[in-house]
Amino acid sequence: MSDSRDIELIKDPGLPEHVHRSTDIDPKAAKRAERQIAILFALSCIGTLLLIYSYIFISDETFIFIPVLGETNAHQFGLGMGMAIALFCIGAGAIHWAKTLMPDEEVIAQRHEFRSPDEDRAEFVKTVKEGAAGAGLGRRPLIKRTLGAALGLSGLTPLLLLRDLGPLPKDELTKTSWKAGTRLVTDPGDRPIRPEDLEVGAVAQTLPEIPAGEHRKLSDIGKDAVLLIRLRPDEFNLDAERFSWTHEGIIAFSKICSHMGCAVALYEQQTKHLLCPCHQSTFDVTRAAKVIFGPAARPLPQLALTVDDEGYLVAQAPFTEPVGPSFWERDS
Amino acid sequence: MKRLSRLRRHKAAGPILLIFALFTIGTTFQVASAVDQGTTTAASRSALIEEGKRLFLKGCSSCHGLNAEGQDIAPSLIGVGAASVDFQVGTGRMPMADMSQQAMRKKPVYSPAEVSALAAYVASLAPGPAIPSEDMLNYERDGSVAEGGQLFRTNCAMCHNFAAQGGALTQGKYAPTLMGVEPKHIYEAMITGPQSMPVFSDKTLTAAEKLSIIKWIKSAESEPQLGGVALGRVGPVSEGLLVWTLGIGLLIGVAVWLAMKAK
Amino acid sequence: MTARERIAGNVAGYVDDRTGAAKWMKKNLTKVFPDHWSFLLGEICLYSFIILLLSGTFLTFWFDPSMREVEYEGSYEPLKGLSMSAAYASTLHISFEVRGGLLMRQIHHWAALIFMVGIVVHLLRVYFTGAFRKPREFNWIIGVGLLTLGIVEGFLGYSLPDDLLSGTGIRIAEAIIQAIPVVGSYLAYFAFGGAFPGEAFIPRIYVVHVLLLPGIFLALITVHLMLVWYQKHTQFPGPGRTEKNVVGYPLMPVYMAKAGGFFFIVFGVTAFLGAVASINPIWLYGPYTPGQISAGSQPDWYMGWLDGLVRMAPPIETHAFGYTISWNILIPGLILPGIMFTLLALYPFIESWMTGDKREHHLLDRPRNAPNRTALGAMALTFTLVCLLNGGNDIIAQQFHLTINQMMWFSRIGVIVLPPIAFIITKRLCLSLQRADRELVLHGRETGRLVRMPNGEFTEIHEPISPEKAWVLTSHEQLAPLELPEHDDAGVRRPKALKNRLRNRFSRAHAVAVPKATETERRELEGHH
Repeated sequence: MSDSRDIELIKDPGLPEHVHRSTDIDPKAAKRAERQIAILFALSCIGTLLLIYSYIFISDETFIFIPVLGETNAHQFGLGMGMAIALFCIGAGAIHWAKTLMPDEEVIAQRHEFRSPDEDRAEFVKTVKEGAAGAGLGRRPLIKRTLGAALGLSGLTPLLLLRDLGPLPKDELTKTSWKAGTRLVTDPGDRPIRPEDLEVGAVAQTLPEIPAGEHRKLSDIGKDAVLLIRLRPDEFNLDAERFSWTHEGIIAFSKICSHMGCAVALYEQQTKHLLCPCHQSTFDVTRAAKVIFGPAARPLPQLALTVDDEGYLVAQAPFTEPVGPSFWERDS
Repeated sequence: MKRLSRLRRHKAAGPILLIFALFTIGTTFQVASAVDQGTTTAASRSALIEEGKRLFLKGCSSCHGLNAEGQDIAPSLIGVGAASVDFQVGTGRMPMADMSQQAMRKKPVYSPAEVSALAAYVASLAPGPAIPSEDMLNYERDGSVAEGGQLFRTNCAMCHNFAAQGGALTQGKYAPTLMGVEPKHIYEAMITGPQSMPVFSDKTLTAAEKLSIIKWIKSAESEPQLGGVALGRVGPVSEGLLVWTLGIGLLIGVAVWLAMKAK
Repeated sequence: MTARERIAGNVAGYVDDRTGAAKWMKKNLTKVFPDHWSFLLGEICLYSFIILLLSGTFLTFWFDPSMREVEYEGSYEPLKGLSMSAAYASTLHISFEVRGGLLMRQIHHWAALIFMVGIVVHLLRVYFTGAFRKPREFNWIIGVGLLTLGIVEGFLGYSLPDDLLSGTGIRIAEAIIQAIPVVGSYLAYFAFGGAFPGEAFIPRIYVVHVLLLPGIFLALITVHLMLVWYQKHTQFPGPGRTEKNVVGYPLMPVYMAKAGGFFFIVFGVTAFLGAVASINPIWLYGPYTPGQISAGSQPDWYMGWLDGLVRMAPPIETHAFGYTISWNILIPGLILPGIMFTLLALYPFIESWMTGDKREHHLLDRPRNAPNRTALGAMALTFTLVCLLNGGNDIIAQQFHLTINQMMWFSRIGVIVLPPIAFIITKRLCLSLQRADRELVLHGRETGRLVRMPNGEFTEIHEPISPEKAWVLTSHEQLAPLELPEHDDAGVRRPKALKNRLRNRFSRAHAVAVPKATETERRELEGHH
C-alpha cells in the first residue's frame, strides 16, 4: 500500500433489503405468535397462583422429591418457582411480542456533533469572564484569601466530629488478659487443665480463666485464645529459653494468626505443623511456630507455661510480644 | 461291735451318704466345668489374639514390622490400642491402598470378626485406647446438638469444614468428610488421633462433649436442604461457580434470543 | 376519537401544561437503539440493582443490625440456646420464621452475585470493542467506580449477618486497615469503635450498605445512563452503519417491550436461583467468634482474586526504628489493587496517548481488529484469573487431589509468567483472524467443492462473499503509527524526546495489523482468474 496509485477501498453497500418475518406476511403465523404470547402471560398467572398457594397452604416442614434437586423444601420451592415463573414468563411474553409482532423495520437516526458551535463557546467564555470580573476576586485578594480560610476551616470540622468514632488504641494492641499465674481453661467448658490430661499428640483449645460469673467479650477472645499442643520433649528444636516455656512437652501458642488474625488451630499431628486455613500460612510447632510456608511473616507468639501449686497449667508471664496481625507501632 | 461299724449300720447312714455323694459330685462337677470354662474363655481370647496375629503377619507386618514395632514406612502399633485398629481397619483405611500422603476411607478389606481379631492382637501388645462400648456411644441420650455444634466449630471445623464436608491440609493431606461415618469410628478417631488428626483427650474434651459432637454431626448429615440444592456446603466458591455458569449462561442465552431476528 | 383517547389526551395535556413534557417525550420515545445481545449486559447490572433494592428493602423490615448478645430462641434446633449477636439471630428469624424470608435472602444474595458478574462481562464487552473511546471516557470511569463500589457493597452486605464465615472476612479487613503505616491502628480502632470485633461495626456498615452506598450507586447509575442516552449508544460496524448515524429500533414500542421484558427475565432467573440453589446458609456457619474458623473460608467470588493475591504474597515485613511495615499485607491488599483499578480507570487516556487518536468513535471495533488492546485485555484477565483460582486453592486442591503448596507455587510463578504468554498468544490469534478475514474478502468462501481443470489441475471453488459481509470485514480503520519527532528542524534534541520515543514505540505496537483487503486488490485478483 505504499505505491502511489489510488487505493480504492471496499464500499458500504448500505442497509440491506428488509426481510419480512412470517408474522408480517402470514396472518396465521401472526395469530400463532399471538397465542404463544398469551400462553406465556397465562403461565405467568399460574406462577403467581403457585406462589400464593405455597405461601398460605404449604407448611415449611414439607419436603418433596424433585429430580436433579433431590429432597427439597416444598414451601420454599413453591414460593420461589412460583415467583420465578411469574416473572420470567412476563418477560418472555413481552420479548416474543416485540420480536414477532411489533415493527422490526430498522430505523436510522442521525448523530449530532456534541461540540458546541464556536460562537457558543466564545459566549460561554465571555459570560464566565464577565461573571468572574463581576465577583471581583482577582482585584480583591483579601476576600479571596479569607474566603479560602473560612471554607477550609469549616471543612475540617466534620473530621473533628468523627474523633469519637472510637477510643485511641494506646497500648491495647500489645496487651492480652494473660498474666503470670493465669490458669488455662478449656474452650468451651472453662475447666482448668493438668498436664496429665493431655496425651502426646493431643491439642486443646484454651482461654485464660476468668472469675466465676463473669462473661467473656468477643474482643477478649480475639486476643486471648491459646492453643495447647503436647509433643514428646525430645521432639522440640528450641533454644533453652523457649524450651523453658514448655512444660513436659506441652507448648502453648497464641491461636490468633500473626498474618491477618484468623484462628490457627489446624494441627497436623504427624508433621507437627500448624496450618491457618485463611491464607495457608504454615507454622512448625517444634521450632516455636516458625513460618515455613505462606504469607505470614512472623511466628505465632508462644505463651510460657508452668504449673501452679494444685498442678494446673498456668502462664508463667504475659506474652512477650503483641499477638495477632502486625501494626505500625509493633516493635518486633 | 466297733463304733464305726455300728455307725455304718445306722439307718440315717444311707441318706447321709447319698447327700454327701450328691454334694461331692455337684461341687466337683462345678469346679471341673468352671476350670474348663476358664480355660475356654482364656483359650477363646487367646484364639482371637492368635487369629489376629496370624492376620497381622499376613497383611500388616510387611509395613508395620513382624512385631508391630514399625519401620520407616509405617509407624509402630505398640500402644495404639484396639480403638486405633478398629478405626483404621474398620473404615478400610488400612491396609493402605497406595503409599500416597494419606490413607483413604474405602470399603473395608477385613470382615468385622477379622477386625476384632486384629484389634485384640494389637491391644495385647501394650495398653491403649479401647473400643467404646454401645452404652458409651448413646449420643441420642447423652449428647446435645447445640452444644455439639459449638464444640464442633471450635475443635473440628478448622480441618473438617463448618458442615463436616472435609478440608485440605498441607502437602496433599486432607481432613476427610464426616458424612456417613459410624458414630463408633468418629469416637475412635477423636481418642486415637489417626494420621494427621490430633488426639482429643477425654479430660479436655469429655466423653459427653464427644457424644454431643457426634450428635451434631449426625444432625448435619440428615440436615434437609432448606434453601435449595446445597452446592456441596463448601461456601462461596461453588456459589460463584454456579452464577458464572448457569446464572450468566441463562441470561446471555435469553439476550441472544432477544436480539435475534424473528423468522 | 374514542372516550379512552379523549381522557388520555386530557391527562397528557394537563401534564404538558405544567412541564412541557410533550416535546422531550416525543423526541425520546422515538429514540433509536441498536440491537445486539452484548448491549444487554449492562442492563443485567441495572436490573440486578433494582432487584437488590427491592429485596433489600424487604430484608430491612426484619433485620436487626445490632451486635448485642442474645440467646437464640428460634426454631432451628442445632443453635437452640446458643449465645449470638442480634444481627445473626434476626437473620435466622428471617430464614426460618418469616415466610418468604429465606427466599428473599437468597434472591438478594444471588442478585448481588449476578450484579457483579454483569458488571464484569459488561466491562469486558465495552473494553474489547473499544466503546470507552471519546466521547465515552467519563462513562468508563463511572463504570470502574461502580465496579469498585460494587465490590465493597457486596462485602459489607454479606458481612451483616455476623456469621462465622463473614466475620472471618471482617477480621481480615481489619488486619488490612491495621497494617496501614502510621495511622493503621487508629483507623482500625475508629472503624470498630475499639478492639476487634467490638459492638459498633455491624450497625455502622449497615448504614453504609443500606443508605450511603445505594445513594451513591443511584447517582452514578443515573449519570451513567444519562450519558448513554445523550451520547447515543455505539453500534457494531455493518452495512448502512456509519460514525454519524444510529441504526436500530425505536424506544416505543420495541425497546420498551424488549428491555422491559428483559428486566422480568433477569428477575425471573434470579428468583429461580433463589428457589433452587442454596446460598449463604448462615445457620450452618454458626455465629461469629474470633476463636473459631472453618476450613475452606473464602470471600464471595468478586473478592476472591484479592484473597488469592493475599495468599500468594511472599512473607515480607520490614522492621526499622521500632516500626513495622507489613508488605505481605499492604502490597496484595491495597497497593496492587489500587494500581490495577487506577490503570483500568485511566485506560481510555492511556490508549489515546499510545495511538494519538483523539477523534470521536461511535462504531465499535471487532476485537481482532485491535490486536494490541485485545491482547492487553487478555493479559489482565489472565492475571485476575490466576489470582481468582488461588483464592480457592484449598477447595481446588481438595477436589482435584492437588496440594495447596503446588497451587501456591503455580500461582506465584503463573501470575508473572502467564499474562505475557497470554498477551503474545492473543495478539497472534487476532492477527491470524485478520488474515483469515482478508482471505475471505479477496478469495471468497471455500465451498469444499473441487473442480478439475482441462489441464488436469484441481482447484476448489470459492464463493464470493456478500457485499454486506465484505463491508463488515473491511470497514475498520487501520491507523498508521505515530512518528513524533525527537529532534526539531534544526536537529536539536527536543525536551520531550524520550516521551516521544516511548510513544512511538507503543503506537507502533498498537498499529501492528494485517492490511485489510481493498477493492483494488480484489479487482486485480479477478483479472488474474
